Amino acid sequence: MRINKSLNLQIENMKLTLKIWRQENAKAKGKMVDYIIDGIDGDMSFLEMLDVLNEDLVNKGEQPVEFDHDCREGICGACSLQINGEPHGPDKLITTCQLHMRTFKDGDTIVIEPFRATAFPVIKDLIVDRTSFDRIQQAYGYVSVNTSGNTIDANSIPIKKENADDSFNAATCIGCGACVAACKNASAMLFTSAKVSQFALLPQGEVEADRRVLAMVEQMDKEGFGNCTNTGACEIECPKGISLENIARMNREYLKASVK
Amino acid sequence: MSVLDSKIPEGPLEEKWINYKNNINLVNPANKRNIDIIVIGTGLAGGSAAATLAELGYNVKTFCYQDSPRRAHSIAAQGGINAAKNYQGDGDSNYRLFYDTVKGGDYRSREANVYRLAEVSGNIIDQCVAQGVPFAREYGGMLDNRSFGGVLVSRTFYAKGQTGQQLLLGAYSAMNRQINRGKIQAFNRHEMMDVVLVGGKARGIIARDMVTGAIERHSAHAVVLASGGYGNVFFLSTNAMGSNVMAAWRAHRRGAQFANPCYTQIHPTCIPVSGDHQSKLTLMSESLRNDGRIWVPKKIEDAEAIRAGKKKPTDLSEEERDYYLERRYPAFGNLVPRDVASRAAKERCDAGYGVNKTGEAVYLDFASAIERYGKEKAFTSGHKNPSKEEVVKLGTEVIEAKYGNLFQMYEKIVDQNPYKTPMMIYPAVHYTMGGLWVDYNLQTTIPGCYAAGEANFSDHGANRLGASALMQGLADGYFVLPYTIGDYLSKDIRTGKIPTDTAEFDAAEKDVTDRINKLMNAGGQHSVDHYHKKLGKIMWNKCGMSRNAKELQEAIHEIAELREDFWKNVKVPGSADTKNAELEKAGRVADFLELGELFAKDALHREESCGGHFREEYQTEDGEALRDDENFKYVASWEYTGKPSEAILHKEELVFENIELKTRSYK
Repeated sequence: MRINKSLNLQIENMKLTLKIWRQENAKAKGKMVDYIIDGIDGDMSFLEMLDVLNEDLVNKGEQPVEFDHDCREGICGACSLQINGEPHGPDKLITTCQLHMRTFKDGDTIVIEPFRATAFPVIKDLIVDRTSFDRIQQAYGYVSVNTSGNTIDANSIPIKKENADDSFNAATCIGCGACVAACKNASAMLFTSAKVSQFALLPQGEVEADRRVLAMVEQMDKEGFGNCTNTGACEIECPKGISLENIARMNREYLKASVK
Repeated sequence: MSVLDSKIPEGPLEEKWINYKNNINLVNPANKRNIDIIVIGTGLAGGSAAATLAELGYNVKTFCYQDSPRRAHSIAAQGGINAAKNYQGDGDSNYRLFYDTVKGGDYRSREANVYRLAEVSGNIIDQCVAQGVPFAREYGGMLDNRSFGGVLVSRTFYAKGQTGQQLLLGAYSAMNRQINRGKIQAFNRHEMMDVVLVGGKARGIIARDMVTGAIERHSAHAVVLASGGYGNVFFLSTNAMGSNVMAAWRAHRRGAQFANPCYTQIHPTCIPVSGDHQSKLTLMSESLRNDGRIWVPKKIEDAEAIRAGKKKPTDLSEEERDYYLERRYPAFGNLVPRDVASRAAKERCDAGYGVNKTGEAVYLDFASAIERYGKEKAFTSGHKNPSKEEVVKLGTEVIEAKYGNLFQMYEKIVDQNPYKTPMMIYPAVHYTMGGLWVDYNLQTTIPGCYAAGEANFSDHGANRLGASALMQGLADGYFVLPYTIGDYLSKDIRTGKIPTDTAEFDAAEKDVTDRINKLMNAGGQHSVDHYHKKLGKIMWNKCGMSRNAKELQEAIHEIAELREDFWKNVKVPGSADTKNAELEKAGRVADFLELGELFAKDALHREESCGGHFREEYQTEDGEALRDDENFKYVASWEYTGKPSEAILHKEELVFENIELKTRSYK
């Protein structure tokens, strides 16, 4: 039997109780359903554990649990899940697909819900509709440059390494929505500010910075996301460690653009 | 007689693309407004093509199975993108990038396409920087570069280990700009189920809304397939869970020939399989081979002790380690191309020197890089005599800045700290060089049906070099397809809107619903994954890193049997009128079960070893691949006739006018 050394707990052949949100479609009423699952290994990822459950349900002729997932390496941003009340579960700086069962122990009960927010309506079971994020980016999440390739040489504008790095750090946002799910107001400020910051920090994006921040914030409000009250929960739960500094930057950018 | 006409323009290599562009037919801006184009897939190729076509004025509809175009699997590409910028002044040029790519592909790619790729590569970097893609920079403000396998220059641009993410978000932002202008309509959570031909031309698709289950008809004057590769035929691969061959295979069944299906890239540096529950494999970027050194124990007793947990890798001294790539390939060392590195790992593990519980892993060690960088950093910051601890601390910081996210990813999966103990890696299926046959215009053998990015076969021959997939995807989408498709569409300016209430659309829709009903009403014995895993085992064991005639024949037989059983006994629960992940998987696995057989048939017919295709019967005395240019210097393009076993082979002879064919050597 293998043991989690730091916790001295059994992590092989675990038996778990899962409490999972089941909801037939957007209009149906959902409810929590209990499942008992056996033989779970600590090296399995959380989603592989759900695969085992689903294989079991299919074999029994029941409906498998629907959940979003794709790359299973923490970069596509498809997977979500509120696990024991936390977006992407108890570990920090990872997505649900990178969460491993060694984080849990034999006999645990795990509560699995979809990300909750007015702007993220449930589609089915654990799948939510996050197209509100797409619409924020469609509003002005770009630089207005044609894709013809007839532009200046990539090295003709030197960019300070610090700015390039900060821009990159903001740009690593995977658009998963954990920030919204973590926030008691369901605010999308961290997400929107990451996009605003990425461009505002680069000379290429700075040209349209004013118009961009106004348009993106307007769309964010239209989608029904809540206000930011600076609790910082978003930063703590963000799997990519997007910093609150981006929100401060966006507020500055917004103020600057508004008074012009 | 072959039906394949590659339509390579006349003239010297360097002038082909320029001459071509000067002489093609154009569509005037007013007419572009009356022309519709469908793009399947929104990764680097599809996203960039959709944005550019919309910007030119065409009406574009995009389709992707993900909930947002931004999640296409290009997002997971880690290491970088090649471009012949020669910013490092190390002698790079378009010709050298072209040459490296053709050689890296083991002389099985088309010269004219590859040269064009090299020619536009620099433009890609300019374009992405203009879009606000935050590439890595040096303190002087200039773009940084690193090296990848199979080349002797530093031409790879990168954004930490998230280059694909940043490039895709760039293409997605360009799409967003066009969505905002109303020029792109994005259909997300939609799967293309079939392509519709009218009068022999691709004129639309049948799609399934994956949320409501509704079957939809969409018409267009041309259809672009940028739906990625088919690595998931192996069940376990580094592809996303949803990556599939459906769009390409549906087109194949309607007349698009499928080229070189057996050319698969098994990537050397992936996290080893840990157990039967494994759902996918995770790549550790090739860029790690810039700094990591690959080794196994020199003595078999040490390997055994490590497997049994009695010894740790750090217990072994330098003399007790076999840095087998540096030993076998001194010129390229740890940076040999992927196919070479993968086979070498398999060779050591098969001989009993593998580590990990399973014996199927080798070490990728950063200790010497940490020491080297640590010393350098201590020195430049004034510590001329640093302690060992200081060196390790500073060196670790440098490695973290370069590969931090990869190391974190590794630690989360394996539960070991790769800064302190070497990583364990093993080859895994990663990329498919084969794909839909296309001519120089990227048009398939169905008029009006184009294929771009990994979905086509065109540029990488039998083995793709690292950091070239991103380059090809964006080259096809931003700079090639938007020109070539115009030439075709110039004949369509008077066609008018394509109606969808026609017999052709009726018939295609009926095929799709019949197929769905058949899947929903099959015998209900086994889950879709049951079949997919079985298929994956056959593929990995008999069509994997090394292949032989006997096993390939067995694979053909076994896959055909498995397919028959699948259609009789698969179990798809629930209904087709709602979100149904099992039904989605079933449709995809059904196509993999056909493709897999053609794959094995192609591998069996190619009686030579080249690139990622290694036939045990054809190797040199020291175990290197043995090509047969006299008999196999061609593209094998397969025509569908109803059954994979009866597919008809067409050959496109490859002509090498600018490169002398040689035995690939990285020694």
